[in-house]
Amino acid sequence: MSVVNNRRDFLKISGLASAGLILGIPGLNAAQTIVKLDGVAAALELNPFVMISPSGQITLVNSRPDMGQGSYQAVPSIIAEELEVSLDKINIIPSDGNAQFGSQQSGGSSTVRGLWENLRKAGATAKEMLIQAAANKWKVSPADCYAEDGKVYNKNTRASFTYGELVTDASKLAVPTDPKLKEVSEFKILGKYAKRLDVPAKVTGEAVFGIDIVVPNMLYAVTIHAPSVQGKLVSFNDVKAKAVKGVKHVLTTDHSYPGGKTKAVAVVADNYWAALKASKLLEIVWDNSQITGSINSDQYFADMEAASKKPGVRAEETGDFDAMFAASENTLEGLYETPFLSHAAIEPVNATAHVKTDGSVEVWAPIQGPDGALEETAAQLGIDKSKVKINPTLLGGSFGRKAFMNFMAEAIDLSKQVQAPVKVIWPREEDMTQGPFRPAMMSKMRGIIGRGNSLAAFSHQAIGESIQGQHWNGIQAFRADDWIAGELSMENHKYGFGVHHLSYSRVKTAIPILWWRSVYASNFAWGQECFIDEMAHKAGKDPLKARKELLRNSPRDLNVLDKLESMLASYPTLPAGHARGIAMFRSFSSMSASAVEVAKVDGEIKIVKVTSIIDCGLFVNPDMVKAQTEGNIVMGLTAAIKGGITFNDGKCDQTNFNTYEVMRLQEMPIVDIHIMENQEKPGGVGEPGLPPIAPALGNAIFNLTGVRLRRLPIDLTDVG
Amino acid sequence: MPKYNLTVNKKKYQIEAEADMPLLWAIRDLVGLKGTKYGCGMAMCGACTIHIDGNATRSCSMPLSALKGKEKITTIEGVGSPATLHAVQEAWIAEQVPQCGYCQSGQIMSAVALLAETPNPTDEDIDAYMSGNICRCGTYDRIRKAIKSAASSQTKVGMNK
Ligand code: FES
Ligand code: FES
Repeated sequence: MSVVNNRRDFLKISGLASAGLILGIPGLNAAQTIVKLDGVAAALELNPFVMISPSGQITLVNSRPDMGQGSYQAVPSIIAEELEVSLDKINIIPSDGNAQFGSQQSGGSSTVRGLWENLRKAGATAKEMLIQAAANKWKVSPADCYAEDGKVYNKNTRASFTYGELVTDASKLAVPTDPKLKEVSEFKILGKYAKRLDVPAKVTGEAVFGIDIVVPNMLYAVTIHAPSVQGKLVSFNDVKAKAVKGVKHVLTTDHSYPGGKTKAVAVVADNYWAALKASKLLEIVWDNSQITGSINSDQYFADMEAASKKPGVRAEETGDFDAMFAASENTLEGLYETPFLSHAAIEPVNATAHVKTDGSVEVWAPIQGPDGALEETAAQLGIDKSKVKINPTLLGGSFGRKAFMNFMAEAIDLSKQVQAPVKVIWPREEDMTQGPFRPAMMSKMRGIIGRGNSLAAFSHQAIGESIQGQHWNGIQAFRADDWIAGELSMENHKYGFGVHHLSYSRVKTAIPILWWRSVYASNFAWGQECFIDEMAHKAGKDPLKARKELLRNSPRDLNVLDKLESMLASYPTLPAGHARGIAMFRSFSSMSASAVEVAKVDGEIKIVKVTSIIDCGLFVNPDMVKAQTEGNIVMGLTAAIKGGITFNDGKCDQTNFNTYEVMRLQEMPIVDIHIMENQEKPGGVGEPGLPPIAPALGNAIFNLTGVRLRRLPIDLTDVG
Repeated sequence: MPKYNLTVNKKKYQIEAEADMPLLWAIRDLVGLKGTKYGCGMAMCGACTIHIDGNATRSCSMPLSALKGKEKITTIEGVGSPATLHAVQEAWIAEQVPQCGYCQSGQIMSAVALLAETPNPTDEDIDAYMSGNICRCGTYDRIRKAIKSAASSQTKVGMNK
């Protein structure tokens, strides 16, 4: 992979700093409103760079770290489309966190939908300047020129200049403020299948992840944290640890968790194995007495159950649900629950930092947002941002975890203390037991079947800890968490209930939580979509038809359901002993609907086939959309059928992949994926495929066995 | 500290390390080949899979002291060459298997060993052999397809000989 990791080096190599065209995109420089680490915020803007050297080298900046979702290719594709260059002829470099690149956070499935307009403008602006430069040379009108494959052509004479030949002139021109964008029908790259540029390096072992970074004279560190996460360090005995050959230092470091800080103990050695081995010989005394709130998952579930018996804080209300519920005869209710989950990215969190004697610092790390990393690093060391150099690396998975950069802060602190470059790698056990985790949540669902067996009224009480509340203490007791409220609103699900009620009950816990692929949608789709089925069955309706009735005013969603129906109709008739369930959920501005087919084999439930549809509007590369949807099926099934995270006696019970299982290849069902094609605005791709998976499975199991499961995870060996 | 002679990807290395150092860390940090990955350290995830004399081995759980010194060790960097990729690597590209890519060195090393043992694996063979390798990104469907296409391309090459 031709990735130059350091923009300064790149400029040196290409001689670009003196003579190239570096285009800032006008109008995008204005201060952005960026909610810090907002996993859900939409419409983030950026200010990208197109760099062309006189020798013809074209370099595009990818401002969104690639954790597997394909931004390494998707971001440059959007620029290249309008710039009229083909992807195999460009260099791609990562942005370094500086403000001219705008928000650089991979998260909230925001990359393509957030950058679509501005990146196309970035490409189109550069193209117009290059065309103008050529027109000036030929003394013709720009209208007599066109750009194609890195060259500008004269329509009349067929003469051409390469972009490299034009760039010096172009760089002296005024930057057009309103470049003309291509019509969708003119797209050559966007919406078309393309092989990923990062794949070859990922099959030869050459791809460089954070954990692979090597800095001369670097030391390796393992950090050990309080099992309760928030515990205070009382004392430690490092005699045995220090006796391990290669160990250089045993010391403490600041360690942050959501909403607070404590100390961790670090072993720093000249090789990682020595640090790892020594870390197991540490004898550490922790004190949990100051922790407020429960660090016991059973207690948290009991607290949520108690909260379900009291009204929550109202988020949305159409009609008087409670009065109608009390007066109606045909009502139903159910309490749904989802567990804590680990992100368990296969690359454990790690970071390398070098705090230098001149007071500057360089960081190499698999992080979701170099802009946030730049700011946090400067703040941590109390230095100006100009003294910080952030090198984002490839991420070996993340799913939200590596947007919370407490591991990076440790590397910086340790490098400063030992005055050498330090790479911290959390052992899998620390990665898994420290979280922060996908929160466990409950949904209290209530419904009313009206006259004519209509699904008349619907109430969802969301219950559990708030991510925003735990991290930033930003949730006032009288207000519903707005991420949750948005996710579960009528505006989002579009089910046309005449009477609708949505509320939230915050239940605190000291177990640390964080956004996890699809955030709350992964929790609450379970209750919402299983309960829609419950209501449909109670009303004697087919669940798919019942949804279509409810979505009668939402044509785009009806299209998705129609497509699902026709795909299922095209399959061979379900064999005896098989059944199917469906679910749908909108998240990150995309709709995804799924059907799961299950069978009973030797008394156990087997997942046979998963059909998923995603409507994400315009997209970059159908194969990347498909890959993300496949990934969401696997992660959604894992979340549904594998054990969750539990805390007992102030510590996490699961420590590694032996006690925290994830789906493996032998369990992989057949998949069939369809991407809706339309010209709607781009929606998210990395997450929306996940939420409907668990409820489609739960609904399938009900259809197979008659057993209504309301608690995840499901034990497939032990259902009715 | 004891000295060890390792033959990795046909090259000889002499390293000095503690006897209990797992081969994984010796390969990554002493030999300096970073394609072999750490995921769990306890033979649960397969990210560290290498070949010892052709057999797929979890290098995180193989201490240096268990080696006799004569073994031929192959890592992802040595399974093909940049100019001529292994049929499995070719199939991985054709099927566009990797997402984050972190697990894929281990996946490919397992698949290469599987096809060496069983050139035409059944679905059950693939399930059984590949289930020691976790892919958290969920590329299993493509892994299955890629193994099958690598198997058929290998068989074709074999028939042409
Ligand atoms: S690191 Fe060796 S199997 Fe996971
Ligand atoms: S591709 Fe990311 S873990 Fe397999």
